[in-house]
Amino acid sequence: MKKKLSIGMLAIYAVTFLAAAVCLLPLLLVVIVSFTAESSIIQNGYSFFPETWSLEAYRLLVKNGSDMVRSYGNSIFVTLTGTLLAVLITAMASYGIANPFVRYRDSIAMYFFVTMVFSGGMVPWYIICQKVGLYENYWALLIPSLVFNPFNLFLVRNYMRELPSSLLESAKLDGANDGQVAFYIYFPLCKPILATIGLFYGIAYWNDWWNSIMLVSDKSYYPIQYYLMKLKSDLLFMRNLQSAGIGGSAYTPTESLQMATAVVTVGPIIFLYPFLQKYIVKGLIIGGVKG
Amino acid sequence: MKEATKVKEVTKLTKAKNVKKKHGFISDIRKNKVSYLMLIPAALYTFVFGYCTIPYMLIAFKKFSFKKGLFASDWAGFENFKFFFRSQDAWHIIGNTVKLNLLFLFFTILSAVILAIMINEIKNKYFKKVAQSSYLLPYFLSWIIVNYILYGIIGSNYGLLNHALAAAGGETINFYNTPKYWTIILVAVKVWKEFGMNMVIYLAAITSFDEELYDAAAVDGASRFQMCMRITIPLLLPTVVMLGIMSAGKMFYGDFGMIYALVGDNGVLYRKTDVIDTYVFRTLRRIGNPSQAMAISLFQAIMGFLCVWGANYITKKKFKEGALF
Repeated sequence: MKKKLSIGMLAIYAVTFLAAAVCLLPLLLVVIVSFTAESSIIQNGYSFFPETWSLEAYRLLVKNGSDMVRSYGNSIFVTLTGTLLAVLITAMASYGIANPFVRYRDSIAMYFFVTMVFSGGMVPWYIICQKVGLYENYWALLIPSLVFNPFNLFLVRNYMRELPSSLLESAKLDGANDGQVAFYIYFPLCKPILATIGLFYGIAYWNDWWNSIMLVSDKSYYPIQYYLMKLKSDLLFMRNLQSAGIGGSAYTPTESLQMATAVVTVGPIIFLYPFLQKYIVKGLIIGGVKG
Repeated sequence: MKEATKVKEVTKLTKAKNVKKKHGFISDIRKNKVSYLMLIPAALYTFVFGYCTIPYMLIAFKKFSFKKGLFASDWAGFENFKFFFRSQDAWHIIGNTVKLNLLFLFFTILSAVILAIMINEIKNKYFKKVAQSSYLLPYFLSWIIVNYILYGIIGSNYGLLNHALAAAGGETINFYNTPKYWTIILVAVKVWKEFGMNMVIYLAAITSFDEELYDAAAVDGASRFQMCMRITIPLLLPTVVMLGIMSAGKMFYGDFGMIYALVGDNGVLYRKTDVIDTYVFRTLRRIGNPSQAMAISLFQAIMGFLCVWGANYITKKKFKEGALF
């Protein structure tokens, strides 16, 4: 006899399905609005079922979007270079504190750990960035806050510790130095965890606007997230001026254009999502459970 | 076993190499030149952005000017602290920070645990996977994007909610002008973005529980609901409490990225939304007073450190495995 779906199970399906809808629908709304004709938005507001569909927003984006394209390029450049650099720095340091021949490896690990718990916060950070010249240039987007994270260091270190130490010893007996062991033996074996932290770093770079709000004021360095933020706040500012009767008829991006820009910004994350899930979920679990 | 032989081998090798030499730091560097070389970039980064920030905390007691620098700036004693704690802002931003964090913590954990238990009950693999993927998606969006989404829902001119209200014949609400709604809005948005990530962790914990317990309970005629109440929840509780205590360490740190992206410089809403971090940011960048910003930040760091220490102390007593140090 086939088992009937109990009321309890039905409720579970309903709740979990509803929760999934709540997670996805808001994002879907943004996508739909980006394909909605402006007249339709003004008449009916944001809607899942627009009266008139339109590609106008994306056409405008390509046509007048030189600032936007530049910001997008900045983000791609910073994300790729930054992630590569960050993974390299983290992997090398992890080898240093995972290598059993290094007598002081645990003290060095402690050195990295201390700053995770205690540091001066944003004010000293800001002053130091100014002092070392990390402002108004690409380095300011690349280096501060993002290029190294001790949390990722410990993830990789723990992974390396699980590798059999005979690997290291036999390679050393064959006359390899630590650099060769790290780059030719350890790093290739650590590919899964390096992919995980690579994605962590990559998302942090792509989603970052902290460095730009603090250290960059020249438009040509804006990454895409900060560009989006400015788009909204400038618009608000202009509307206030216009309602006060001061502003002229300056160019204001339409509602659908704003949402189209947002969609283009989320694009790479959606595109990478299958990888994200595979590698990051593992990292989240290891990191989450271990604190 | 494996661990022990590993350690033995290693000590043998190192012993053989330096029977005569002392085990000083310098000789260790000499022996492992390349390893230490590879540590340099990360160590340098940590030194500059971690350790070098600590002396700058002194400016909380100074009248810092960028021209004079850290040591030449004039002393101000406790003026900066006095100014902050005497202002009306102090208590409400500290209150907002703690209140919002507590609400975030409670509702995120609650929804994550409930959904983790429910998802675990579902046998349809395809449904399970799609649901999990949907829950996790918001976690990867930046707060700026979340702001665009929020605007699409509660915006006053075109927002979904206001249009629904208007269509139902009700009055529209200008949310961006009405502070009283913002505690709820912030909590809802936070839970929306982060419960999925928490759920993944709890689900991993649940799936690691011993199947035999459930089989035995089934033999005894327990229903799924009884198993959930008597087995799953009690076994899950330590993980929940541990993660909860860990987050308690961050009680005095507001989520700057979230609050600033969603509220920005909209002063009307500050009464309900302003937290320590946004206040420090404004004091530093908008008002341009690093010393005062540092004083608030130092207060926050001390409270934060006490919280971490306390959280760790409790964790150590209750769950030895989870302790941080």
